[in-house]
Amino acid sequence: MNITSNMAGNVWKITVAEGDKVSAGQDVVILESMKMEIPISADSEGEVEEIIVSEGDFVSDGDVILKLKQ
Amino acid sequence: MQQDILNKKSGHDQKVYEKLDEIKTKSNRPYYQKLKDQGKLFVRDKIKYLVDEDSIEIEDGVFARENDEQFLPGDAVVTLIAKINGRKVAIIANDLTVKAGTWGVKTIEKIMRMQELAEKRMIPLIYMIDSAGARLNEQFDTFIDRRHAGKIFYNTARISGNVPQISLVFGASPAGSAYLPALCDFVVMVDKNASVYLGSPRMAEMATGEKVSMEEMGGARMHNQISGLGDMLVKTEQEALDATKRYLEFMPQNWKETVPLSESIDPLPGKNIEEIVPANQRVPMDMYAVIDRIVDADSFFEFKQLYAKELITGFCRIGGRAVGIVANQSKVKGGVLFPESAEKAAHFVSLCDAYNVPLLFLVDLPGFMVGSKVEKEAIIRRGARMLSTVANATVPRISVIVRKAYGAGYVVMSGASMQPDACIALPQAQPAVMGPEAAVNAMYFNKIQSIEDPEERQKYIIEQREKYNKDINVWSPASQLFIDDVVPGDRLRNDLINRFELYSENRDTLEGIADKKTVVRRG
Repeated sequence: MNITSNMAGNVWKITVAEGDKVSAGQDVVILESMKMEIPISADSEGEVEEIIVSEGDFVSDGDVILKLKQ
Repeated sequence: MQQDILNKKSGHDQKVYEKLDEIKTKSNRPYYQKLKDQGKLFVRDKIKYLVDEDSIEIEDGVFARENDEQFLPGDAVVTLIAKINGRKVAIIANDLTVKAGTWGVKTIEKIMRMQELAEKRMIPLIYMIDSAGARLNEQFDTFIDRRHAGKIFYNTARISGNVPQISLVFGASPAGSAYLPALCDFVVMVDKNASVYLGSPRMAEMATGEKVSMEEMGGARMHNQISGLGDMLVKTEQEALDATKRYLEFMPQNWKETVPLSESIDPLPGKNIEEIVPANQRVPMDMYAVIDRIVDADSFFEFKQLYAKELITGFCRIGGRAVGIVANQSKVKGGVLFPESAEKAAHFVSLCDAYNVPLLFLVDLPGFMVGSKVEKEAIIRRGARMLSTVANATVPRISVIVRKAYGAGYVVMSGASMQPDACIALPQAQPAVMGPEAAVNAMYFNKIQSIEDPEERQKYIIEQREKYNKDINVWSPASQLFIDDVVPGDRLRNDLINRFELYSENRDTLEGIADKKTVVRRG
């Protein structure tokens, strides 16, 4: 399952690592956009399979940030 | 005695009762069992659930097509006047058990007559939608004339802003009839059952080759989350009917009246506003917690909860007074205004303005979204629609700067330049054209670029930001009288109660525009 960005911005912090278990609603990445911290959370629980982005990357609305294994 | 009964049985009156029984019962309907199996209510049971007991006063057109060769009770629609909490309402309800609720020649005439009655008598109109669309074998008598189906939409559009119009979408509302909810003020959709679309999946596949499910193309969830055609998603038909009663508590009978005051109820207990609002402007904050501190306990009724969540809209009571709230939610997308959120605000503001519900703006936003994507989505045009709607609203209007208020975002959130009755601020407020980072970068770009040593350059930037930061606090604009007052969080609710009372006493009718009705536009 893909977790995507909901708006354009820079990846400020990645708060999980590959292999981590995450719960539904948990923040996995914090973007910085419009001078605000934009937390991106997991829609459902799972295990972080792959992190696609690095801190400092620009992401557009809809870009895949990480992949979750259920 | 015996003779009386005999007379009654064979009499003229008795014939009416017999016919009414046949028309009103569900027991003779071929599709009733199917309906029941789907967990759906018979049309008259829905109406009964919604209205006060024994309050159905007038039902016109009940004998429509009674003489027809086919069995078409009421021509698949029930139109009547009843009461909800003692208030008269007009109801137009599709009957799915007759020809799948399709619109035949007399269905259309009945709908129009009830619309015209509601308009004349100035009472709210409730549409219960569950219809397969136009009845195709009658299409040549329902489409072209001045009093054919299109007049229903003409009426809905013209009535907008005269009396509240509510659409409850219980099932399908395809093709032309999709415009009916789209022209109403408030649209409730039942999850998994409601579907609104112009062309069915079958038609889409025929016309373009697209393969798509009904749910994906026109389902209730899609319309609530993505298209914005739905204002509320509910699980059951009963919930939709309950929501109607709740919504009507925030609506007057018509645009000439105001919602009566109710008893003031203390807000729910919880953290005080000072604790809720963080000083760090970058950090997301939950605006719902602030709303809870301001409104009467359990009075908040959210509007478009699932759509453009970076902006919260909803009705509430503050000290017993019905108020509409427009609030930035920095927990979602930083509270930034997007084309969708601007349109959501415009819809809600026009609705409150139309029916004399005062407005409260809770401001905490870094501005409108920037970038090529939103420009292509017409953020300027759609943002301007919000601005125009706010500027032309004639109801009492108070804006509270909760935290940040930057740029055009501040202006459209009914900032001081939008001439609200009051623009007040919490002590945490920081109104400015833009945040310190962007401002320093814009003002000193050349100077910054000219400093070659990176450390020196960074030092210069930080110095300038601190200097700029000193000016964006609440005390400079308060001292200059740009804002009307600085209100501590623990006094905010009382301050709002007093101000709304004062501003509601009489209206300085902006060059007479308050005397004109406001059409509710959804987008």
